[in-house]
This record gives sequence, structure tokens and C-alpha cells, in this order.
Amino acid sequence: MISELEMGKAESELELGLGLSLGGGTAAKIGKPGGGGAWGERGRLLTAKDFPSVGSKRAADSASHAGASPPRSSQVVGWPPIGSHRMNSLAAKSAREEEEAGKKKVKDDEPKDVNKKVQVGFIKVNMDGVAIGRKVDLNAHSSYENLAQTLEDMFFRGNPGTIGLTGQFTKPLRLLDGSSEFVLTYEDKEGDWMLVGDVPWRMFITSVKRLRVMKTSEANGLAARHQESNERQRK
Amino acid sequence: MNRALCSRAYLLCFSKSKSLPFEWMDRAIKLQLSTSEMNYFPDEVIEHIFDFIASHRDRNSISLVSKSWHKIERYSRHQVFIGNCYAISPERLIRRFPCLRSLTLKGKPHFADFNLVPHEWGGFLHPWIDALSKARVGLEELRLKRMVVSDESLELLSRSFVSFKSLVLVSCDGFTTNGLASIAANCRNLRELDLQENEIDDHRGQWLNCFPDSCTTLVSLNFACLEGEINLSALERLVARSPNLKSLKVNRAVPLDALTRLMSCAPQLVDLGVGCYENEPEAESFDSLMAAIKKCTLLRSLSGFSEVAPVCLTAFYPICENLTSLNLSYAAEIQGNHLIEFVQFCKRLQLLWILDSIGDKGLEVVASSCKELQELRVFPSDPHDEEDNNTAVTEVGLVAISAGCPKLHSILYFCKQMTNAALITVAKNCPNFIRFRLCILEPTKPDHITSQSLDEGFGAIVQFCKGLRRLSVSGLLTDKVFLYIGMYAEQLEMLSIAFAGDTDKGMLYVLNGCKKLRKLEIRDSPFGNAALLADVGKYETMRSLWMSSCEVTLGGCKRLARNAPWLNVEIINENENGRMERNEEDEREKVDKLYLYRTVVGTRKDAPPCVTIL
Repeated sequence: MISELEMGKAESELELGLGLSLGGGTAAKIGKPGGGGAWGERGRLLTAKDFPSVGSKRAADSASHAGASPPRSSQVVGWPPIGSHRMNSLAAKSAREEEEAGKKKVKDDEPKDVNKKVQVGFIKVNMDGVAIGRKVDLNAHSSYENLAQTLEDMFFRGNPGTIGLTGQFTKPLRLLDGSSEFVLTYEDKEGDWMLVGDVPWRMFITSVKRLRVMKTSEANGLAARHQESNERQRK
Repeated sequence: MNRALCSRAYLLCFSKSKSLPFEWMDRAIKLQLSTSEMNYFPDEVIEHIFDFIASHRDRNSISLVSKSWHKIERYSRHQVFIGNCYAISPERLIRRFPCLRSLTLKGKPHFADFNLVPHEWGGFLHPWIDALSKARVGLEELRLKRMVVSDESLELLSRSFVSFKSLVLVSCDGFTTNGLASIAANCRNLRELDLQENEIDDHRGQWLNCFPDSCTTLVSLNFACLEGEINLSALERLVARSPNLKSLKVNRAVPLDALTRLMSCAPQLVDLGVGCYENEPEAESFDSLMAAIKKCTLLRSLSGFSEVAPVCLTAFYPICENLTSLNLSYAAEIQGNHLIEFVQFCKRLQLLWILDSIGDKGLEVVASSCKELQELRVFPSDPHDEEDNNTAVTEVGLVAISAGCPKLHSILYFCKQMTNAALITVAKNCPNFIRFRLCILEPTKPDHITSQSLDEGFGAIVQFCKGLRRLSVSGLLTDKVFLYIGMYAEQLEMLSIAFAGDTDKGMLYVLNGCKKLRKLEIRDSPFGNAALLADVGKYETMRSLWMSSCEVTLGGCKRLARNAPWLNVEIINENENGRMERNEEDEREKVDKLYLYRTVVGTRKDAPPCVTIL
């Protein structure tokens, strides 16, 4: 279902850069084990260790101060020390501002500053049949595959002791190719529910409000709706 | 000490109580009081005296005086505070305090707030409710912080305790609005439902409808953290039939006209959290709102405003002079000039939480207008420094506040730059600080004028503020700042360190010097095994120690665990498999996250795979 070819060249180049340390578990091999894994904590922000050029964590050491550059605020997990509730509220505001700014630009333009980080923060993910939702940090993902992998780990390989997660499914989820019992859907800013994977990744993360892992049987209406809205847009 | 404490309690008791017979009062005043003499009094008298001793620490002390005091204290203790839910088991708690009515429990370590603790780490409420329910404890109040709460627990809670009155949940998660529905439906005497910054799965259900018509006892209702729609008419009816309602904090889903109606039927409100008024309101709606606000003459505390057009703040001008507490820290839509205009009239403000968009100029206005200010928190509106923003606060604002607000005792300040000179001035201006938390956004940033470390600045803080209990440091710091902290911070109970220090000596200065230290949390600092292991007994006097991305190794932690069986030493390891690979265990391996705490009940059984307890 997902089509790499649909993604613009600029976006895939950007993804390559981010993808260096984010692709399927390679992060753990960079630097020391037990510290660098970007997927260990579900949907965690990038750590300083994912940017090997940034320098050692011991930035306070005056001897190394001249050499390595100290970690910048945006590259460090859990820094600045602001509660996640508050961070999400700020992220929501940024997203709204981006939306406002985006409306003023001509729609066909490519985004002027592809390097500007889109602060979406953590968004909610719910799964049919599971009472408790989780959250993922879209900033820590660079593609639909990454995201699907994280969600799969989250809901299907969760610890038995964890409240509310399923834990009983053993086969892989394959959320993106339409072959399994579940599909991944999202609610966009207009309140519509769409199938994940149809738009370029960067466009997706600016418009997604929340995610839902839906039973395929229930998702039948969605594809049709999406096609309809596409047709409407073309007219 | 115990004797002095009891004399004090005794005299306090007599000064307030008219119900004790004259001859006892006379005797106490005439005799040199000793504990053995006090024991000639009946238990009820002693218990009556204990009633005046409210602080947990004092009560813990008096229970150590003698066996009979221990027993009396046990049965008369109604309020218990448990700072770490794994320090004791629910069964032991209940055995000791069977007459428990009010329980406070804290779960995850503080750094969980910043996503440094795995979601499944622990802190489950259920075993506590289960045990309390089985023992038929007459629970009336439950206060939780950073606990994992489930709908099942809430349901059990709502059905088990007939006199249950008050539920306060702060930074908790794991439950949905279905759990709230149980509380609403089954707690007949509910007075308080206060939800602060929780992660609640909002099923957009009808939980507000679940309050029965017979429920008229509500005093406080706070659901500001809920993200979904609510049934507005159910809310209005609930407020209308709650004449004792003093505190109401609504969520974003309550628009302006609904708020107007709510305030109209609750003019007795003291504490209000407003919702969302996205667009500029129509003149008529605005006038109605203002009229309703004018009638709320008892209103003292205001918060919310998360999606609010700035003009809506002006609707509150009629009562702003009465405000003692103002939290605009979520009001990202309101710009500095509007904030300043409003705050300058809030002359009675004691508590102010605000965004740094108020700027140094705004803080200068606060300093000249708000002379009663006791607590200030300034949060960053741009935490990752992505916008080219020159209006954030600097050391200038901090100095202005310290100079203008003589009653200031607690501050949390996020800024982009600081200087030693400013900190020294602040320390001299405000020797009464109890809590001082400074966060310079860029890690290891030096004094921006001299390029030196900020050791001297923080040194001045601990030297002049002799009553300092809580401190968070930031910026470029060497071991020297810790030398100062160890030397001067005699009352310090909680210290937060990030990206600071040079060698183990830094941490050792703190552990050796701060006698009252209870909580120490350190991240990304070069402290290792030598510091960790130097004085194992110290950790028995503390609640907990957190160290992440430091230099401690697995070997060091193992050694600590061996020498201190009364500690739980937890290693949290979040590699891709979520499990410590035991065949590759290398004692020289650095530990990603270490969390240790004293406990009387040994290793907990509910740890997830990513946590190894040594």
C-alpha cells in the first residue's frame, strides 16, 4: 500500500539523513549498548547518542569543552525538564501555527524550510479491543515503516504484565499492506479518518491528530471516502 | 527532642482546648513535664494531644517515644503519606494504621515526567485498593502522584469505601473516562475529584451524567486535562445542584457561552479553570460573560486559558484585583503585552505561573505590582529554541523579581542565559528562598558575560538562603558548586543535577555535606562508582537516588546491592530487546539508568523486563 515512489526527492533525502540512526534497531549499535536504542522507550525523542557528531554527554568536562560541541536542547531526551503534558500543549500550538501559516502559502509550493522540525510531539494511538491507548512521538520516526514497527512492538509484543495491552497475538501485524486483521488509520486536522500511507510522510505528520489501529472489517468505508475526497479535490 | 516536642504539643493543646478538666491543665503547667508523667494521663487525653500534631514527621517521632505512645499513635493516625509506594507494602501499612482515612501515594520517580522512565516501570495502584478494600479500611481520601491507575481500581475504589470523599490524581495514567464514571456513579459522598495533568483515555462518554441527581456535595471538580467532549448540559446541571462548589476547572471542550452559564449558577466559586474560546467572541457573549464574572466576588484563583483569544482575558478585569493565584502557563495564545496589562492589576497575587513570553519587561511590571508574590514559575514558550525569539526572559527579569517581591520563597525559572552576578544579587535580595529551580535551556551554558561557570552564582544561593529545601541547578558547573552545596545547604532535601560536575568529588561533597538530603536525582554527569559506594549508609537516610547517563557501572551497582540489602537497586535498561542480555553481562558496562530507594519490603514483584533489581 505504501509507495516510496510517491515521496518527493527532498523528503527521501531528508529521511536518509534522519534514517541513519533510526532504521530497524541499528541505533543500538551506535555508541554503547544500553543507551543508544531509539526504540527501547516507545516513541522516545532522539537522544544525543543518535547524533554522533554532537559530542560526548560529559559536556561539562572543561577539557573536552573546546573539542566536542555540547548537546543542544533539541537533541537531548527529556530536556528541557518540562512535563510531557505541557510539552504536548506547546506542540499543539506550534502545529496550529504551522497550519495557519500553511494556509497563507500557495498550496503547490514545497515547504520552504524542510529542515524545520515539526513539533507534533506525542500523539495518541488507540487500538480496537484495547482499553488503554498509548502515545507515540512522531518526531522520532522517519517513515511509515518505522511507525508501523513501533506500533507493532507496542501493542503486540507488550509485556503480559502491562495493563490493557493485548499480548496474545503472535503473528506480525503488517499494518501497512492490508493483509492482516488490522489496518492503521488516522484522524486528520479536519476530523476525517483516513488510511495511513497515502500521502507523503512529511505531509502526514503535519496533518495527523491521532492514530487508530482498526479492524480491517471496519475500515472498509475508509478507502471509498478517501477516494471521494480525492475526487472532490481534483474538481 | 521528643520531650520538647511533647511539651510543645501539650501546651498547644491546652491553649486551644477548653474541654480538658482544669486540674489537668493546672498540673501540666505547674509540673516539669516528662513523658513518664504524661503517661499518668488516660489514653484519650494523650490521643487528644496527638491530634494537634499534624505533620507526618512529628507523628513519626512521637511514635518512637514508647510502646504505649506507639500504640496510641497508631490508632489515632488518620493521614498517612507514602513518598515511595515501593518502600512499604499495603498490608503492612494497614496493620500499623488500621484507622487510616487519608492516604497519599507517590509512584514513579520524578524524571518520569520527562519521559526518562519506561511506561511500564511500575507504580500500580491496584494492590493498594485491593488490600484496603479487603481490610475494610474507612478510606475517605486518596491522593496519588505518578501512579498507574486502572479503570478496575477506580471501580473497586468507588464500591469499597462508603465514606469516600476526595480523589486527587496528579500525573497518573492507565485509566479512561469509564473509571471516572464509576467514581461519579458510586461515591455517594464525593466532595472532590481533582485531575491534574493525567493521561486519561477519553472515550468521549457520558461520565458526567453518571453523577446521580442526589449528588449535591461537590466542593471541587477539576477535569482540565481531559481532551474530549463532555456533556455540557450534564455539567451545568451538576454545577447547579452543587451549592458547595468552590473549585471548578473545566477542559477545552467548554466554550464561552457554557462557561457563562456555569459561572452564573456558581457565583460562589473561589477557584476557576477556564476552557477554550478560540475565536473572538461576539459582543453580546462577551458582555454576558463579563456580567457573570462580576458576580463572582469570591473568585481568588484563575487558570486554564489553553486556547483563548487574548481579549477574553480582559473579561476578568472586574475581579483581577481579588486574585491571589493566577496560572496562565498554558495560555500560549496570549502575547506578552496582554499578559502584562492584566497582571499589573493583580496586586494581591501570591502565586503566578506564566510563560516567558511575558519577557523581562513583564517581570519588571510584576515586580512593581505584585508585592505579595510568594511563588513564581516562568515556563518556556519555545523550549527547543526554534524561533528567533528575543522576548524570552533573562537574568534581568529574575533580578527584578527578587528585588521587588520581598515575600518570594519559591521559584521555577526557565531562561536562555544567566550570570553569576545576577544570581548573587538574587541570593542577597531573597534570603528566604525555600525552593530555587533554575533551568537554563542550553545544557552546560556558562555565564554569558564572563564565560565562566555558574559555580559562584549557585554558591551564593545556598550560602544566603539558609532555609533552602529544594534546588535545581543548570548551566556550566564544576565540582566546586557541589562543594558549596555540601558546605552551606543544610536544610536541602531535594537536589536535581543535569550535565554538571567534573569528578566523583562533586557527588561526594553533596552526599557528605547535605545531612537532610532525601531525594537526589542526577543525569548526564560524570559521577561513578567511587561516589556511589563511598557511604552506603547514607541511602538509608534518603528516600531515593536516581542516576542516568552517568559513569556508574553494573559492577558498582552490584556491589552496592550486596552491601545494602535494605535497598532496592534497580537498573533500567532500554536496549532494543527490552531485556538485559545476561550472557553478555559485563561488570564494567555502564548502567544507563539507576534508581535506588530504601524499602522495608524487599524486591518488588511487579517489575517489567526492562528493570533488573539487583
